[in-house]
Amino acid sequence: MAALVELGHTAEIPAGGSFLVTEVGAAPIVTPETFTEEQRMYYRTAAQFTKEKVLTQAEAIERKNVAVLRGLLSEAGALGLLMIDVPEAYGGLGADKTTSMLVAEASSMLGSWSVTIGAHTGIGSLPIVWFGNAEQKARYLPKLATGEKVAAYALTETGSGSDALGAKTKAVLSADGKHYVLNGAKQFITNAAFADVFVVFAKVDGEKFTGFIVDRDTPGFSVGPEEHKMGIRGSSTCAIVFEDAKVPVENVLGEIGKGHRIAFNILNLGRLKLGVGVIGGMKHTLEAALRYAADRRQFKTPILQFGLIREKLARMATAIYAVESMAYRTAGLIDARLARHDKTAADYDQKTIEAIEQYAVEASILKVFGSEALGMVVDEAVQIHGGYGFTEEFPVERAYRDARINRIFEGTNEINRMLLVGMLLKKAMKGELPLLDFAQAIDEELMHRNLPRSSGGDELAEAALTAELVKRMAVYATKVAVETFGPEIEQHQEILGAIADVVMDAFALDSMIARTRQASADGALDPLRVAMVKHFALEAQPRSHERARRALMATAEGDALTTHLKKLALLDHFVPYQPTALRETIVQAAEHQGAYPFGY
Amino acid sequence: MKILVTAKRVEDPESKIKVKPDGTGIVQEGLKYKINPFDEIAVEEGLRLVAKHGGEVVVVSIGGKEVHEQLRHALAMGAHKAVWVNHTGPLDQMGVAGLLQKVVEKEKPDLVILGKQSIDDDQNQVGQYLAEWLGWGQATFASKAESFDSENEKNKVPALVVGADNKTVRVVREVDGGLATVECQLPAVVTTDLRLNQPRYASLPGIMKAKSKPIEELIPAGLGVDVTPKLTVTKMSAPPARKAGIKVPDVATLVEKLKTEAKVI
Ligand SMILES: Cc1cc2nc3c(=O)[nH]c(=O)nc-3n(C[C@H](O)[C@H](O)[C@H](O)COP(=O)(O)OP(=O)(O)OC[C@H]3O[C@@H](n4cnc5c(N)ncnc54)[C@H](O)[C@@H]3O)c2cc1C
Repeated sequence: MAALVELGHTAEIPAGGSFLVTEVGAAPIVTPETFTEEQRMYYRTAAQFTKEKVLTQAEAIERKNVAVLRGLLSEAGALGLLMIDVPEAYGGLGADKTTSMLVAEASSMLGSWSVTIGAHTGIGSLPIVWFGNAEQKARYLPKLATGEKVAAYALTETGSGSDALGAKTKAVLSADGKHYVLNGAKQFITNAAFADVFVVFAKVDGEKFTGFIVDRDTPGFSVGPEEHKMGIRGSSTCAIVFEDAKVPVENVLGEIGKGHRIAFNILNLGRLKLGVGVIGGMKHTLEAALRYAADRRQFKTPILQFGLIREKLARMATAIYAVESMAYRTAGLIDARLARHDKTAADYDQKTIEAIEQYAVEASILKVFGSEALGMVVDEAVQIHGGYGFTEEFPVERAYRDARINRIFEGTNEINRMLLVGMLLKKAMKGELPLLDFAQAIDEELMHRNLPRSSGGDELAEAALTAELVKRMAVYATKVAVETFGPEIEQHQEILGAIADVVMDAFALDSMIARTRQASADGALDPLRVAMVKHFALEAQPRSHERARRALMATAEGDALTTHLKKLALLDHFVPYQPTALRETIVQAAEHQGAYPFGY
Repeated sequence: MKILVTAKRVEDPESKIKVKPDGTGIVQEGLKYKINPFDEIAVEEGLRLVAKHGGEVVVVSIGGKEVHEQLRHALAMGAHKAVWVNHTGPLDQMGVAGLLQKVVEKEKPDLVILGKQSIDDDQNQVGQYLAEWLGWGQATFASKAESFDSENEKNKVPALVVGADNKTVRVVREVDGGLATVECQLPAVVTTDLRLNQPRYASLPGIMKAKSKPIEELIPAGLGVDVTPKLTVTKMSAPPARKAGIKVPDVATLVEKLKTEAKVI
């Protein structure tokens, strides 16, 4: 879907990370308001399936009834929910990424299901879609697309988690040259109990990191017992073991020694999908919280009427608006790039990988911001349920446990925070992102006290100014750190982490404001959306200032630090909106709908 | 066989409906819409019959451009083509039946299947008017003798049984206290009850195929139908809020209260 092109954006498609160096609304963005009718239909089918078929069997799934889960995968396959990213030539839909994300969102109302279907369609199948040769694609994809076969992805080992390339599993070519003989073990493999196809990473001769497709019935391959997990208990997580497992040479995935390309590119999409996936969980949890708060009475009053409860609900709804705005903007950018290429061309897979890689910064932001927003939402939902939220009687108890894994897999949030700043710097060095020019421009602005001013144009003019200045805080702190430490900045994790936090809030603010303005292009801004932006800015702005200050304090000292902090203070644009009024606008809308107010 | 089915756009029952303070209608902001559930059952039944007997399912909806959403949904379920009667503004059940009559005369289906009522206005009249004005037989409240868990339902065997010569249809009807079976000459009008079938989902490939299926536009003036309503809605109001219940200490008090306060025994 060339939604960006349809929005009239025919020129350059913004580069990854460019939100940081351009003004709010510099280019039109894809938002839920610009979804096509077809995309909405895809979403509805997936959401209806999750509600009617998955949630109704949640208990059986959580009790690890594998037959139920496997059956649901088949049913999902029959509906086409597993074929979105598979090319048409191999029995798939070859649909756009926005559709793929919408279905991921719809599937995430139950964590166990979300992880199961996500591991199959995403990290399990995509390596073959992107890196398989024609024969491998023909052999596997049609069956993966229908759910006849289930896929899994095996990268992690006991000794190598975050350090994924440190794998010990070894592959040696057999004497007759027909097989690679694999030895080693992989840890925490989703879907292992019933998957038929495993994408496995091993080092050829203990050196060359390489991908393999391993069939379940491979001699020497076995699956260990289920882990006993804190959450997503219905999903299968086991170790898999290779004892002289004979994998035919035809099953080498991609080139020998190029396994890292598979692993990293799959992670880029996985992070994006995780960031989108959480939206469904957040919406579902908000609905439960609204329902409970309306029903539960204390002091002869529904607790929904209490200010502190309403404040929580407003924060929950606002967080959803934030993640949604970033997520579909990013999916839309990828689709806009892909729309320029011929789906049937030989290099289309390569173009897909490049388009996704282009927005790896955004993907990491979504992974971190999304998983932490979900964490906040489930936590507050439990709080709203009081003691009952602590019992298995209510689904929020499960949601709370299920949410936790999202901060750990697909690269921990620590790894992703460092990575996203590192990637921004790399893009700047390569000349793909004018970060250094912008840093210089900020220096000039600060020197001449010539900072951006409020345009006074609309209700969001002040918030937009906040966004522009938060971007400057991030870039200023980055510049100072790079000047101070050079390449050694990598060793200063607290600085990277603090900068990452500011960058994330900048992206959120920018996306929310751009979306809000775009949603009401032909008239006054929608007061509800405006309230969400302001409500977010109330927390994001001071938080960003604090994090940028922290980065500077970890970078400089003495007079230099004093000077930096004074400059940073010039970028401090806090607007004291009336929080109770904002909260009321948001909660009344959510209360009226019994849900997040911008459903699709 | 050619089967005409309807797909009215109605408020999604999961949406919270609020009456406007001035009683002129409901608050539309933030509402979601879907195919009238009874119509969705009609679409499903049409698709099952066509799967068995061959032919095509034509889906019709009346309304503004927004009803394309419901037409596309029916097309994604598997309907072959759509007819959109482009009309905005008030319309009563006779107006709807009049418009449908013209569509039927144009499309010449062997069978028309409609929902027995739409869940917004709950009138339960259009199918009956339509059959009468066409001079066709009618079988209302088509239902099913077996449960949704039956083998037949799992195998999606149609509940409307068309005769071997394609001249008649046998319909099981839901009536007070049981089921009645009627047989109609074709062409005929059938309206569906809730327990007729479980409509299929719009599959993703179905949604993709629906994109290229035709939607024909008709306008009431062009059909020569006067749709001026004979019935107008003068005021809408929400049902009174339910009063909170009370707890009674024992059965005696309960009986007492049922007698004196509730006056039901
Ligand atoms: C339920 C579940 C399902 C999973 N599914 C799969 C799957 O299908 N396939 C698969 O391959 N893997 C899977 N995993 C593994 C998952 O990706 C890893 O657990 C994750 O990458 C973290 O690795 P680790 O557990 O070894 O933690 P570690 O890497 O040991 O990390 C421990 C802590 O140290 C921090 N840390 C590590 N390195 C650094 C650093 N350089 N700087 C700062 N901090 C650092 C981490 O952020 C973390 O806080 C799954 C895990 C779980 C729990």
